[in-house]
Amino acid sequence: MGFLIGRVAAVGITAAVLLYTVPPLIRTQSWTMLGILAAVTAAVSYLYLTKRHVPAKYLVPGTIFLLTFQVIPVLYTFTVAFTNYGDGHRGSKQEAVGAIERESLVEIPGAPDYALTVAARGGEVVFLLVDRETKAVQVGTAEGLSPVDDAEVSLTGKVLGAPGYEILPAGERDGEVQALAVPTARGAIKSSGLSRAIEFHANRKYDPACDCISDSGTGQRWTADDEVGYFVAADGTNLIQGWKVNVGLANFTRVVSDPTISGHFLGVLIWNFAFALGSVALSFALGMVCALALHHPRMRGTRIYRVLLILPYAMPSFAMLLVWRDMFNTDFGLINRMLGTDIDWMGSPTGARLSLLLVNLWLGFPYMFLVTTGALQAIPRELTEASSIDGASAWQGFRRVTLPLLLVALSPLLIASFAYNFNNFNAVRFITNGGPYPVDNNLVGKTDLLITYTYRLAFEGGSGQFGFASAISVFIFAIVATISAIAFRRTRAQEEVYS
Amino acid sequence: MSKLLWRHGVVLLVVAFSLVPILFVLSAALNPLGTLNSSELYPTGATVKNFAKLFSDPDHSFGRWFVNSVFIALASSFASVFLSVCAAYAFSRMRFAGRRVGLLSLLLIQMFPQFLAIVTIFIIFTEVTELYPAFGFNSVWGLLLLYLGGALGVNTYLMKGFLDTVPKELDESATVDGASHAQIFWRIILPLVAPVLAVTAMLAFIGTINEFLMANIFLRADDSKTLAVGMFGLLGPDNRNVNFGIFAAGTLITAVPTVAVFLWLQRYIVSGLTMGAVKG
Repeated sequence: MGFLIGRVAAVGITAAVLLYTVPPLIRTQSWTMLGILAAVTAAVSYLYLTKRHVPAKYLVPGTIFLLTFQVIPVLYTFTVAFTNYGDGHRGSKQEAVGAIERESLVEIPGAPDYALTVAARGGEVVFLLVDRETKAVQVGTAEGLSPVDDAEVSLTGKVLGAPGYEILPAGERDGEVQALAVPTARGAIKSSGLSRAIEFHANRKYDPACDCISDSGTGQRWTADDEVGYFVAADGTNLIQGWKVNVGLANFTRVVSDPTISGHFLGVLIWNFAFALGSVALSFALGMVCALALHHPRMRGTRIYRVLLILPYAMPSFAMLLVWRDMFNTDFGLINRMLGTDIDWMGSPTGARLSLLLVNLWLGFPYMFLVTTGALQAIPRELTEASSIDGASAWQGFRRVTLPLLLVALSPLLIASFAYNFNNFNAVRFITNGGPYPVDNNLVGKTDLLITYTYRLAFEGGSGQFGFASAISVFIFAIVATISAIAFRRTRAQEEVYS
Repeated sequence: MSKLLWRHGVVLLVVAFSLVPILFVLSAALNPLGTLNSSELYPTGATVKNFAKLFSDPDHSFGRWFVNSVFIALASSFASVFLSVCAAYAFSRMRFAGRRVGLLSLLLIQMFPQFLAIVTIFIIFTEVTELYPAFGFNSVWGLLLLYLGGALGVNTYLMKGFLDTVPKELDESATVDGASHAQIFWRIILPLVAPVLAVTAMLAFIGTINEFLMANIFLRADDSKTLAVGMFGLLGPDNRNVNFGIFAAGTLITAVPTVAVFLWLQRYIVSGLTMGAVKG
């Protein structure tokens, strides 16, 4: 019975997904995606209809999400890192040529004025054009103009019907209507408003013979450079619209060779390590001090202390980061008002860095307090008692017995915490947003982590450098993976030693 | 006695440190003037004006953000815990071809946090928005799918560790009694690990409420925003001073669900956090 319900549910969900996802794929003619989708749904339906392959039944749902939204984006990042993808380099060369020609369109004086009716022929959007003077009816497609017979035309020049054409209501499939350019001998016919079409002439035209773009007005010429993905003029300037090309390792070498980046990048890297290490060390130290202080059989009020100490962990951290930022505010902030000072805490690199560490300590120590408390309870009291009977001082007992045992138990968590803080986007984005910035580069600040730097390159600061941002992501991947691998080996080794 | 005194002293000092910002938020939320520069550490007046203003502000839909955030966080924490406990069940209880490879690849994938691929996630979802607007940008559903993608990588290994601690004899005897694999999963395994699942779900809940990096790329329209994205916008460069009161009020409201869950599950949190540590 349960099996039957499971079957029906699985097949039902698969069918629903299929119904929803297929039509847009057919509309955009994405046959590869459609093929993948068909294969996956077929496999999933088979899996849940058969009684075999039990492990797969439990693994497949999560794996589909994992592959689609994590593995593929990560792999894709690695490929984008080798391109110049970004603003000005989003599409193919053909799209760039189209965009350049479209930008340079001018109306041809004295050309015929057409009344426009948008229609569909076999699913494709076409223009039915009526010459306002001769009343001749033509159809315009992406291939060109051809005459139409037996069209029924209204007095205003609107086509009411024609055999083989379906008249579309105004405003429908607007994107395709805007994009359609009917090539003519002198230029192209494009829609201008809902019921009018005009013949345009492109000032700049692409010539496949020389692989260049020439401007008929000024006579200037830009030759395609497939190395950089731009049309470049003889004087070295280029047209704004470029296309996506493979740039090999250029994004990676830029970190070292580009003088506006290399110095700052090294700084970011060092600070990134310092921030992560400092955050873990400070919050572990403070958390441990609290845990040790409360770890005494005759200690009173531990419950209430514990609740008060973990409150920062339970508060929404994004909001508390902003609260901290505004407590440090120069003009209105609580800290300056309480101290009666007028210090721009975030103005100097050192001030900003220390403030960041302090705030991250506040956010991080309750977690360390919690886990150390747990680990302390697992250490038998006899061990420390034995060491004190042997004449060890309290400090020696801590240093030689408690601390090593704590570190063994907690090192995986400390490493995880390091990895987390290494990419602690929120802390930096909310408190300093990377600032203060050096005068010669407004894209990378003195407190930037690699992740906030990546984010700014791609989405903020108006640069949209997706390729370069991906390359920085690959750097972070490499660093985090190395650290995790080393850490994993070390914990294995330690467990073997102490267990 | 003096031995205990220094312990109290140390802890009280740290408690003061941990309470200062929270006290400040409380006082700012109750502050009648509602600005940053009039907010003191301790409340100087008591009014609910900031709370009222927060909900009636025509430029911002705080109520909507709250609903969005709680919905995404609840749905994604439940679904991601469920997906990963399913996978963990297979890895812990069954022996099959590719098990070792699967576990190793999960370990490898764990090293690559999803948000590092934000650039390509953006590129992919630009495409998705064109095809399926309901799951694209400005939609909580698209973001939810994205969060689920990160589920398996983060939790499965941890969960497998928990499930390994449940004695195998339990499901063996159930099998002898004629239980199917689904019955063992639902009736025996899940109830036994429920406390741990609750803690994992809670941590996922808090993590999702605080997630900003991806949500900020996804949610640009005001009524699709989550609390993190929306409240960040409340304190824009021009209204940092004037909006601080309503921001503090919003912070307190946001804290209610998280703090409540936290105090409720406090007992399990320590064991939940350290249990994962033992299994590396």
